[in-house]
Formats: sequence, C-alpha cells, structure tokens
Amino acid sequence: MRKDKNKYSISIEDVSYAARLSRIELESDKMGKFREQLNDILVYIDQLNEVDTEGVAPTSHVLTSMRNVFREDEPGTSLPNEKALANAPAKSGNFFKVPKIIKES
Amino acid sequence: MGSKYETVIGLEVHVQLATRTKIFCGCSTKFGADPNTQVCPVCLGLPGSLPVLNKRAFEYAIKVALALECDIQGTVKFDRKNYYYPDLPKNYQISQFDMPIAYNGRVVLTSGDGERAIGITRAHMEEDAGKLLHDQDPASSFIDLNRTGTPLLEIVSEPDMRSPSEAYEYLKILKQTIKYLDVSDCNMEEGSLRCDANISLRTKGSKALGSKVEIKNLNSFKAVRDALLYEQERQEDLLEEGGAVKQETRLWDENNAVTLSMRSKEEAQDYRYFPEPDLVPFEVGREVVERIRSELPELPSAKKSRFIECYGLDAGDAELLVSERPVACFFEAVLEECDDVRSVLNWIKGEVLKHLKEHQAGLDALKLTPSGLASIITMTASGKISGLAAKEVLKDHLVSGRLPSEIVKEKGLEQVSDTAELDAVAARVIEDNPKSAGDYRSGKKNALSFLIGQVMRETKGKANPKLAGEILSKKLSE
Ligand SMILES: [Zn+2]
Repeated sequence: MRKDKNKYSISIEDVSYAARLSRIELESDKMGKFREQLNDILVYIDQLNEVDTEGVAPTSHVLTSMRNVFREDEPGTSLPNEKALANAPAKSGNFFKVPKIIKES
Repeated sequence: MGSKYETVIGLEVHVQLATRTKIFCGCSTKFGADPNTQVCPVCLGLPGSLPVLNKRAFEYAIKVALALECDIQGTVKFDRKNYYYPDLPKNYQISQFDMPIAYNGRVVLTSGDGERAIGITRAHMEEDAGKLLHDQDPASSFIDLNRTGTPLLEIVSEPDMRSPSEAYEYLKILKQTIKYLDVSDCNMEEGSLRCDANISLRTKGSKALGSKVEIKNLNSFKAVRDALLYEQERQEDLLEEGGAVKQETRLWDENNAVTLSMRSKEEAQDYRYFPEPDLVPFEVGREVVERIRSELPELPSAKKSRFIECYGLDAGDAELLVSERPVACFFEAVLEECDDVRSVLNWIKGEVLKHLKEHQAGLDALKLTPSGLASIITMTASGKISGLAAKEVLKDHLVSGRLPSEIVKEKGLEQVSDTAELDAVAARVIEDNPKSAGDYRSGKKNALSFLIGQVMRETKGKANPKLAGEILSKKLSE
C-alpha cells in the first residue's frame, strides 16, 4: 500500500469548508486531527486509481444488474398528522415549526 | 434596447407533473389538503425508508421531452443534491445531475420575422420541496411537507433569447405545449409552473457572455417580462456608467417593480452531487420511447398550420383557436355537424370565449356541446331564431346543458316567419304610422327601420326582421 502523505494536502481551510457544508461545528484544536484523517482517507482511496479502467463505464450503483424498478401511480397510506409531527422538536397546529428563516421586511 | 448591447436570456422552468401520487412514494399530490397529512416516512426522509420511482411520472417526463424535440437518453440515473433548508426534510433533493432524462430540444418562436428556434439544453426529473409559511408567527416559520416529493421536470433553455418578449413567447409556447399533453396544469399563479430567468448583456457582435444575473420569485408571465425589462435596463445603465454587472441572484419585488439583490448568498453553492444509492439506474428502450411518441397529440404549431390550410383561417384566428387544446377540439367537433366555418369561428371567437372569460372556466366546466352550438348556428342561418335570440339560447345552453331546440320552444324564441301573419301586422303598422309611411314613400328610406321596429314591437320581438322589412317595403311601394 502506497502511503504518500504529501499526495493530498488538505488544508485547514478545506476542513473548515467541509465542516461548514455539513453544518458541523469543529473546535479549532480539532482541525489538525481531521486534516490528517481526511488526508489518509484520500490517500487510501487513491489506490483505486491503480486499476486500469480503460473502456469500463462508470458504475453508479452496486447492484449492477438491477434496472428499472418502478411503482405504479397508485395511492398508498400516508401518516396521520399526529404521527407525522410526533418526532418534531417543535410544532404548532398541523405544522412543523422552525426558527424564523427570513428577516421581517 | 439601444443599439450598443445585446440581451442574452435563458430560462429554467420547473413543471409539476400531474400524477396522482408523489414521485417516490404513494402519498397523494392533491392540492389543498390539511397541512402535513399527505406525508409518509419516504417523503419525510425518515431513516430506513426507501424511494421507488413513480412509473407515470417517468413516462410524463419522457412525453414532455419528446414534445420539446429532445433526445431521450438510453440510461438515466438519479443523484442527490445536498443542501440545508427547512423545506427539505432529507437535507438532499433527489434530482438528476449528469445523466438526466433528456438533452437537446427546442421551442420554435413564430411571432417575429420568420421562425426562431430556442434551444433546450436538458430536461431532468426531481422532487419538489415543502412549503414554508413565514407570516403565521413573529418568531418562527411553519412548514407544510405535503408538497414534498411532488414530481417536477426542470427544463433548462440555452441562452438563446434576445429580448424579454422572446422570453415571454418561449414561456407561452412551452406552457401551451405541455398543457396539450395533459401532464401538468402549468399554472404559474398556483406554482405548478415556476420560472427562474438568467439575463446578461454583451456588446453587440461580441461572442463572450457578460456576467449573468439570476432572477427569482417570478410568479406570473407578466412578472417574467417585467422583471427582465427592468433588469435589462438596470444592467445597461450600469454598463453605460462604466460600471460592471455583479454576478448574483436577485429577487423580483412585484409591488415596487424592481429586482433586489439577495445579499445573503455570499459563497457559491456547492451541492456535492453524488449518485442516489437508493435508486437503481433506468434504461429507456427505443420501443418505450416510440410508444410514447405515438401517443403524443397533434401539437399547437402543427394544429395551427393545419387549421390555416384546411379551413382557410388566417394566422391570428388559427392561433387563437389552438391556444387551448379543448377550444381547438371543440371547433373541429362543431364543424362535424355544421360546415359553415366562418359562423363557427365567429361564434367561438365571440360568444363562447366571452362566456369562458365570464365564468373563469375552461370549456370542460361548461355544459356547452358541439352539437348544441351547431344547432344554434343552423337555427340562426335558417331564420328560425334571430341573432339576438341565438345568444340567449347559447347562454342558457352552456349552463343548463338543455337542447337548444327545447330552449327555443320553452322560451318562445322562435321567429315569426309566417308571411300571412307578418303581412297583417305590417298592414296595421303602416296604417297606425302614416307619417313614417309617407316619409318612406317620399324617399326617406331610413323611415323603414322605424317601421320594422314597430313590427318587432307588435310581435314582441319574434318577427323575422329581414322578412318584416321585405314585406313592409313591398307594401309601401304598392
Ligand atoms: Zn410520502
């Protein structure tokens, strides 16, 4: 297994960008640790590049022989409102409730 | 638009496909249900639930793509588009990234000099998000997820339009075409058709595109045109003053008729698309495509040409008739029972469309039948009823659905075309109005209309006015 730590140099900015995209709050002293781990992952995955894929179509799914799984346009059962809202952290009447996401105009 | 710049416009249109159930689950798509009652583990994004594609949604998407002359792709897959917003319960939208259902279509504009094809880059399927309500509570937003998972087809045009009015026409033809297919209501006010517009300006002759502005919050056809006109002018002014157009998203503010910068989005969106592992790929066989193609109805442009050719209509009348498929079909159905093309056209253009407007309804909501209108036209042509009575019969018929002949009989609208009866009335009218009779005899021909009026009065409007006129003038020249 090739282990070239310098092959990918994930920056601290990359780590904080990925964290922001995923809405994960990272303390600044953890940044270095994640940077190293993410780098290791990329180096590990990079081994796949050693396989010759000339002329092989990209695989988008592991079930390579399965295709065209449909359902008919027939109504199924929906959840009653109480059940739909059962796990909601906040609700009001029939609605899910979240902190206001637009400013008052 | 001044001579210095050229406007470049592209539109992204989302159309809700009118299936009974959602794209990946069996929840109903019916509009207007109580909030959060048409939801299930799949469309709520609960752990462990799995999406399964609605076959009808897939076929509707192919149908639209074919009508827009797109190439249907042989292999199609779905991808996850990742972003956080409270109307998106899974934190990703199932969409199509690099293997959409169709590429490379076109919409042909005809209102300018000759035809102009506007390219369609691609069409892809995706799921709709939920609905947010901001006006219910000062400190919070409310979410209704009934709409979540409603099937959408996004149709992306090439930046081929050169003016706001071309964008308007593109949208009009797109809507007309999709409505012909009966796969979407395409109602912009109700949100079953939504449109975002991209607009930029460049110096005439230049090949490079200028910085584009994306306009959102366009809730009507008029809004699309007005917002584009506003933005065209704003960008021109900026460039004229030596400034630069900032690439950004702006919102159309309908009340103040301006576009406003959405300052919140500082950073470019990064959706981190990846293949949706819960949906296997789809292969679209040629035979499926050909079957759906064979089911396409005659589309508006082809119908318009045929109407001009077969019925000798002018382009404007043909366009009016084909603008809605039920009207075009109705026109031809009436002609099966009555071959007077002019009368049928005039009745539809005049009275029928007037009533549709008054009732704010489509033809299907009225009880008007093709044979009903045909019989009204025939009765008018034969003189059985007057033109005025014919309008009254139509008004009754389209609400009640009763046979026009019955309405005529019941309301006593039949014209008196009995010569002997009219002869007696005419004689009496001449006798009672010696001055007018004298006027006519001495050459004042318009005295005749007064006398006809008197005959109409005597017969309570039932006399055939043409016949009454003939009898009166004959008597007066004796
Ligand atoms: Zn559902």
